[in-house]
Amino acid sequence: MLSKLARGVAIASVFTLLTGCNLVVMDPSGDIASQQADLIVVSTILMLIIILPVMALTVFFAWKYRQSNKDAEYDPEWHHSTKLEIVIWSAPLAIIIALGAITWVSTHTLDPYRPLDRIDAERPLEKDHKPMVVEVVSLDWKWLFIYPEQGIATINELAAPIDTPIQFKITSSGIMNSFYVPALAGMIYSMAGMETKLHAVINEEGVYDGFSANYSGEGFSHMRFKFHGLSDAGFDDWVARVKSDSATLGRSEYLELEKPSIAEPVHYFGNVDPELYTAILNMCVDQSKMCMNEMMHIDKNGGGGLAGIYNVMSLTYDTPRERGSQPLPLTESFVATLCTTPTGGLSQEISSIPLFENGSEDSRFSPVPASVSTGF
Amino acid sequence: MFSNPDLLHFIFGRLSLESFPMFHEPILAVTFAGVVLGGIVVLGALTYFKLWGYLWREWITSIDHKKIGIMYIILALVMLLRGFADAIMMRAQQAIAFGDVAGYLPPDHYDQIFTAHGVIMIFFVAMPLVTGLMNFVVPLQIGARDVAFPFLNNFSFWMTTAGAITVMISLFVGEFAKTGWLAYPPLSDIVYSPGVGVDYYIWALQIAGVGTLLSGVNLIVTIVKMRAPGMSMMKMPVFTWTSLCTNILIVAAFPVLTAVLVLLSLDRYVGTNFFTNDLGGNAMMYVNLIWIWGHPEVYILILPAFGVFSEVVSTFCRKRLFGYSSMVYATIVITILSYLVWLHHFFTMGSGASVNAFFGITTMIISIPTGAKIFNWLFTMYKGRISFDVPMLWTMGFMLTFVIGGMTGVMLAVPPADFVLHNSLFLIAHFHNVIIGGVVFGMFAGIVYWFPKAFGYKLDPFWGKMSFWFWLVGFYFAFMPLYVLGLMGVTRRMNHFDDGSLQIWFIIAAFGAVLIAIGIASFLMSLVVSFIKREELRDETGDPWDARTLEWSTSSPPPAYNFAFTPVVHDLDAWADMKKRGYVRPTSGFLDIHMPKNTGAGAILAGMSLVLGFALIWHIWWLVAVSFIALIGTAIAHTFNYNRDYHIPASEVVATEEERTALLAKQQA
Repeated sequence: MLSKLARGVAIASVFTLLTGCNLVVMDPSGDIASQQADLIVVSTILMLIIILPVMALTVFFAWKYRQSNKDAEYDPEWHHSTKLEIVIWSAPLAIIIALGAITWVSTHTLDPYRPLDRIDAERPLEKDHKPMVVEVVSLDWKWLFIYPEQGIATINELAAPIDTPIQFKITSSGIMNSFYVPALAGMIYSMAGMETKLHAVINEEGVYDGFSANYSGEGFSHMRFKFHGLSDAGFDDWVARVKSDSATLGRSEYLELEKPSIAEPVHYFGNVDPELYTAILNMCVDQSKMCMNEMMHIDKNGGGGLAGIYNVMSLTYDTPRERGSQPLPLTESFVATLCTTPTGGLSQEISSIPLFENGSEDSRFSPVPASVSTGF
Repeated sequence: MFSNPDLLHFIFGRLSLESFPMFHEPILAVTFAGVVLGGIVVLGALTYFKLWGYLWREWITSIDHKKIGIMYIILALVMLLRGFADAIMMRAQQAIAFGDVAGYLPPDHYDQIFTAHGVIMIFFVAMPLVTGLMNFVVPLQIGARDVAFPFLNNFSFWMTTAGAITVMISLFVGEFAKTGWLAYPPLSDIVYSPGVGVDYYIWALQIAGVGTLLSGVNLIVTIVKMRAPGMSMMKMPVFTWTSLCTNILIVAAFPVLTAVLVLLSLDRYVGTNFFTNDLGGNAMMYVNLIWIWGHPEVYILILPAFGVFSEVVSTFCRKRLFGYSSMVYATIVITILSYLVWLHHFFTMGSGASVNAFFGITTMIISIPTGAKIFNWLFTMYKGRISFDVPMLWTMGFMLTFVIGGMTGVMLAVPPADFVLHNSLFLIAHFHNVIIGGVVFGMFAGIVYWFPKAFGYKLDPFWGKMSFWFWLVGFYFAFMPLYVLGLMGVTRRMNHFDDGSLQIWFIIAAFGAVLIAIGIASFLMSLVVSFIKREELRDETGDPWDARTLEWSTSSPPPAYNFAFTPVVHDLDAWADMKKRGYVRPTSGFLDIHMPKNTGAGAILAGMSLVLGFALIWHIWWLVAVSFIALIGTAIAHTFNYNRDYHIPASEVVATEEERTALLAKQQA
């Protein structure tokens, strides 16, 4: 009786603890995240079919065949049973076949790159619907959200109307991060010079947590933002509020913004350069740099030949000088600079980075043939 | 002259007075004072008791696989204290840093701590434990007198130690990496981590990696070529089997780590662009390569633990192992499959659905042989006579704990589920669940099990049980809250939280870490208490557990030559078979025994590697040149040392064996 009571209290207290906290991953507000939560439940149940009997048998055998129990059967030579062997290999196999099938299907249906086909379980979507596009850039250590259709941008605040499919285009200014709003959908990495995508929809109004889920250095813990799920009217209001901000986000403002900062407060840009995201993605916001897509174009057409050796400077975007806070290690650190005199070629380009700091143009560094289309 | 900055830079490279953080970090100042004080006491004691010569002759230069195995385990236990100190600092920080409270560790320090914790626990605790146990046990289990390349064994150990020392130096000279334990670029590139931290990381792992790789080669050759007559592959003890597979994994996987770290070093030292954002470099390549090493590494650690459990279960259930051949095939399947799953560590990097699904399913398939193994242990208990000595307790703890970790692992293998759980504390809970519940429990089971073989007396069971229960309960307190936190969407490597409602879970986790601390202390206590009570705990039979494999047929501790006569094997569980058939120990006809000779070359070469690593980290180029030339020169000079072996005269063998005969007779009387 007493032990029963104690057990009841124990179970009750565990439940209070668990209900006292918000298991957002298991009870999200977006359809994609809900399906992902369902998968967690299904896979857990499938595996418990094996795990629970194993745990129970472990305890039971340990108790039954304890040394002091002389009544239990003892057979020191019993070590093989074909029937049992078949069972112990095929039971896990059966579970894994079931789980594998679920995995194959769900990985394809919940592929973050795949456009949504439903708003939630009841409401399917047209095949050629147009999602709302949000361009996401992880900076040190804050999030930039650009709304190309609305022509606005925000720092550390994201909003979307409910029941509207959203397409996130995600990249990074430098360090790898991971874009994650647990209530909305699973995460995906953000990487410089590359674009990852995420399709998702939020189904309930509310304010949700979003953050970077991949460690990215000193300010990582504060790289958080709020995601507002709003009604259509509420979203329009929000857009209007952002638009009313006089700040403009162009290339020079971005280069300033790109410098590392920690726990950056929310701010808005009522106006944003429509080419900015493409420039960020191609690592050429600084216009003295060659865009990656241009470089790829040159390479595709056979490369720049000998002249290409002078390209190095204009391709070196990811240097600490943009980052502001860190010292420039290049000229000091590299062994190559010890062994070569700065008279030309690659080593000169590396060791002469400071030359560029005053923004001086050097004709050698812009060998892009006029015929190459830059794409934007 | 000394004010000339160029000259100072030439002599000291990047090293300057500012490189010594204990002058401005109070936590490090106290630690440093403690280390200096402790160091003086130890060195003083060694000098006072005139132990230097003994240490040099009997241990540092020893090529005896048993002594090297013991030294590996001592190294692991020392590093465990460091790695655990890091763990408890993190737990403390996360338990207090909420809202306006920043906690006591600034990001700069906290980030080094979690990086060091991961690196130390994997490379300098788990690896030396595993290698040490294999070194000690495998030659004895297969009836050999030593490993195939005894000098290489000594060299491997000292290289591992040199790597560990490199990490320890970073505590007081400079800083350690602030990148996480796998040092993903671009964060670990020179652009974002210009300091010495990542260089410490690279060179510590490169130096230790040489040791690990060579020890892998050594043990493979030992197992393949030096088994006692009659011991066919399918009569090898399961621990030897798992060791073989582990070492195959080491030899196949560690060169990948070496190569990827070389590429990263080139990026950092000579300005190449393998993993940079610029000039066509690609960090995704690094992430792939490091996990092509990293996933097999997980199995490198767990397979020997599986081997230990197999030995322990059959010994303490007084019964043959159920399903030996399915155990062996399961091990081989795991070995092969471990190379086909690496991508599951980064489903969220944006691969296509088919790629993710493929790697998700291969990951799940690994759970089939693993499940079969669990069943095999389970049915070994069936119809057994189970005595719950300490090694068996660890095994029971493992069986109940590991299946939970296995279950959460399969959950993480479903890519869409991983999208919401990746990098969360759920993931942290999962891998601690399998590494503590699997590897650590296994290694403790192994240490307690083979301790009487190594030292001739058992470990005190009271403190052993204390250690087990505190570890077990502490583990659940420390990591179950992390599963919950992961489901609440809390990510890893945070040093501050805004949401106060999470705090209670972190406090529970910190409490769990304290329990584990008591568990570790109890284990150390058991070593001390057992040493004091060693006459009481003495085992003179050489077979205190009534065990089944060859290592128990010789004396405890075994003589330098292990076996006076190479045993002949007729059955699996050779020693159990010999006991059953009424084996009579030969007492005459001993011959001279040919043995390898001790050498200091291993320790000297490793010392030079340590200097070379330090010089590379601090860009002291003249020292790089000097130590590199010295290293190569010494290695070549050592090859001209033909004085490598000696014979233990038959008279000495006779004396040793007669002593044992007398002991055994006294036992029977």
